[in-house]
Amino acid sequence: MLELRKDIFADERDDNLKEIGKGTQRQDMLGHVTGTSTYFDDHKLQGMLHMKVLRSQHAHARLRRIDTAEAERSQGVRRIIRGADVPRNLNTLLSLINFGKDDEPSLAVDKVRYKGEPIVAIVADSPREAHEAMAKVRVDYEPLPAVFDVEDALKPGAPVVNEVYPKNTFIYHDVYDHQKLRFGDADRALAGADHVLEQRYQMSPIEHAPTETNGSIAAPDTNGRYVVYTSTQALFFSLDTSAKILDVPSNTFHFVGGTVGGGFGGKVDTLTEPLCILGAMLTGRPVRYVLGREEEMQFGSPRGAERIYLKDGVMRDGRIIARKVRAYFDSGAYTRLSSYAVVKCVAHLPGPYTIPNVHGDVYCVFTNRTPATAMRGFGVTAMDFAIECQMDKLAHLVGMDPMEFRILNAYRDGDMKAHRREAKNCALIECVQVAAEKSKWTLREEFRRMSSRKDGGGGRAAIPATPGETRPRPTAPAQQRTAYDRSLAAPLNEPPREPPPPPPSPPQPAAPSHGATRFSSVFGTRRR
Amino acid sequence: MSKIPLQFRHNGREVAIFVDGGTNLLVALRELIGDMTPKFGCGQGGCGACSVLIDGALHLSCLTLAETVAGRSVETLDGIKQGPQLHPLQRAFMENFAAQCGYCTPGMLMAAKALLDRNPQPSRAEVVEAISGNICRCTGYEPIINAVLAAASGGRASA
Amino acid sequence: MPVIVKSFTNAGEAAAALSSEREARYLGGGTLVMRALNEGDISISTIVRATDAAMTRIDATGSRVTIGASVTFARILAERDLAFLHAPARSIGGPAVRNMGTVGGNLFAPIPYGDFTVALLALDATVAIQGSFGGRDMPLDEFLQARERQGGALVLSVSFPRIAGESFRYRKVARIQPKGGSVITLAAHLPVSSGRIAGARVALGSMAPVPTRARAVERALEGRALDAATIAAAAAAATEGTSPGDNALASAWYRREIVGVHLRRLLSGQE
Repeated sequence: MLELRKDIFADERDDNLKEIGKGTQRQDMLGHVTGTSTYFDDHKLQGMLHMKVLRSQHAHARLRRIDTAEAERSQGVRRIIRGADVPRNLNTLLSLINFGKDDEPSLAVDKVRYKGEPIVAIVADSPREAHEAMAKVRVDYEPLPAVFDVEDALKPGAPVVNEVYPKNTFIYHDVYDHQKLRFGDADRALAGADHVLEQRYQMSPIEHAPTETNGSIAAPDTNGRYVVYTSTQALFFSLDTSAKILDVPSNTFHFVGGTVGGGFGGKVDTLTEPLCILGAMLTGRPVRYVLGREEEMQFGSPRGAERIYLKDGVMRDGRIIARKVRAYFDSGAYTRLSSYAVVKCVAHLPGPYTIPNVHGDVYCVFTNRTPATAMRGFGVTAMDFAIECQMDKLAHLVGMDPMEFRILNAYRDGDMKAHRREAKNCALIECVQVAAEKSKWTLREEFRRMSSRKDGGGGRAAIPATPGETRPRPTAPAQQRTAYDRSLAAPLNEPPREPPPPPPSPPQPAAPSHGATRFSSVFGTRRR
Repeated sequence: MSKIPLQFRHNGREVAIFVDGGTNLLVALRELIGDMTPKFGCGQGGCGACSVLIDGALHLSCLTLAETVAGRSVETLDGIKQGPQLHPLQRAFMENFAAQCGYCTPGMLMAAKALLDRNPQPSRAEVVEAISGNICRCTGYEPIINAVLAAASGGRASA
Repeated sequence: MPVIVKSFTNAGEAAAALSSEREARYLGGGTLVMRALNEGDISISTIVRATDAAMTRIDATGSRVTIGASVTFARILAERDLAFLHAPARSIGGPAVRNMGTVGGNLFAPIPYGDFTVALLALDATVAIQGSFGGRDMPLDEFLQARERQGGALVLSVSFPRIAGESFRYRKVARIQPKGGSVITLAAHLPVSSGRIAGARVALGSMAPVPTRARAVERALEGRALDAATIAAAAAAATEGTSPGDNALASAWYRREIVGVHLRRLLSGQE
């Protein structure tokens, strides 16, 4: 059962709250238990047609010829849609925030890049008739060598998956083939460490398998607009994506959604809406496009696979002094959201631990696998799996209790994080202490008495000299503090444990003027 | 003509429809009768979202050829309310927070009803077995099991 | 084109309809044929059904047990005389699938399904089929080896010699409990005479494209007492003659690695 530990940080909290900590009935619960919650597929429209999509049988192949002549004449067929019928048949999801290049067609034209990629959409009176017509489409494939492993994809001579990114990596800031994090001198610190541990971790793709498969119903409205019932988790994101692909103003559409039969990140990719709406536009009739279960598993985007190498330096007393991370995110054949997952991952390094030397290189790699997407903490989850496995191994290496080892290395208030932001409102130590207590795991007295509010900052707030940094930043940028931020304990008088060498006098960067473009740490783009 | 006439009892009411050959009961209920409570989840018998009772026994409507229910009684979630009153299982699901996205809920409730109709005081293991063909991907099995047990004991033992 | 459904009250007429049309499929409980239709299998143009009462009969009174092809797993579970078949029946699907799926249909269920057939194979079952040239009984083993070609014949029933329940053992390895597709399914009939196994039959599911006898295991058990040495010898022979495949539940390598472990547990009566 849920237990709120209000004794911890009690002095920081106003407990006179009306909602938090109290059970509240969901507003949709009555609809759920009576079966009256309306999901996208619960709309019965007069004269509704059914869309089915012919998908690639190959992971990588050139499309020599697509012959739909016989399928056009098949009984019940209203319309066959090919790539040339899609107004803007190239898109990338995050183009809505100017991130990345358009790299993915709605319907493949010259090449297929993963098994299950859509090639032709068929609109027919019944699902059966659509399937019968689909069997009559002739596709002449020229199979190409495929690549399914992230490191193989980066080797010289590897097949080019997606010509938009010829090196099989997403390109950041138009220049970099990966995201970097540099904080201190990890190589030098590793050379001086008592122990060094290098390990490889990897994780397979995970399908969300929502009970309700992805789908949508689009219908012409009376005022020249289209009403779209959809399973999307991201209503306006899907609306804008559809508007871009179909090259119409977004107010052409009235999207209806919000009641989603399980999403977990697997319903943000706008997999069905653009073609479904296009079907309604081309036939003038309501069109329903719902993935079957097999399609959901093969074509529905999963959490991407990741391969992670960790190399850590640890001292006999248990302090981690360096962490080097090299990781490869398998984006599949197209970008979708993996470019952003990498940015999230790098922002999360080196995990919730104060490590004075951190070195990260994370790649977003294209392979001939189903494009990956969001899923519950994507970008962070697999890395945390790797880091926490590594923490157990490191504790074992230095003969420390794994819980105490985590407490020793945890962020404390005022510490400097590797991406040069102050750690605030930390609570990992307290979480570990409660976890130990609940699992009847004995911690030594000194570790039971440690606190996120004590012993942080000071020398631990320093930004170490970082080789190769062209613009040394001896101090972190000033951070806005809010009323919710815990105030820092009085500065400590103990010497810094890794005294940073005196920084060279930095050339002062020009102070940003009001209204100037800003650098976004999240998307790596300059935006207003 | 290829349409097949079909008559059966739907939640106690006689209905008559015409179906295409090969139509499954889920499509007949949703598209021809307009009862949207059974859901499509897989079409394979793997998820249980389309569960209904046929002559009191739990069946998967997506794997049931529609015409095989001719003359029989089909019960869906739409029929389990008693007038304006919620069924005890519905109340227990609400009180025990036994639904998140709600998509598996109609099937879960029918599987639970199939159990309680013949075994009003099931053990926890019997509840687990009874809903073992129904997948909840939001992973709310514990509250669902608690809700079924609570409904069985008249709503007293909410865990 | 919509599917044509042909229903018959007589099994013979259904068999004739089934054998006269290549695209016809027999519909038992629906868990295979309706699933194929739902996934867009347009090769099925005609569905044949039979509502013949003979196909829903269970006869467990004589020296042989006969189970009609249309008997569901829920019916098996309600049959006290067939208690030794309750474990395989209960290992299939959830309650809804057991209310629908039939003993006859299970003979055609592809990997990772078809657990009941593994049990029947260990029971030395025969299959009564009605084809275009009349009816005949066929050993289940032989039936399964040519399963792809059996679609044109109608399965009427399965039968097997009545056995002492305690001589039958069954184990299904699945990743999801209490319900899930088979990683491996194991069944053994081990009659004991004067302390020694006489007439051992061991069957494995998911270790080949269709359920198969583990003949090397049977040889290791035959004529011996079921002691630690015999069990070890049987487990060592578990992979002999098998040809498992990869699927989403397990790789062929994994199946070969664990089949001996689970056979050992089956034979030594471990949970």
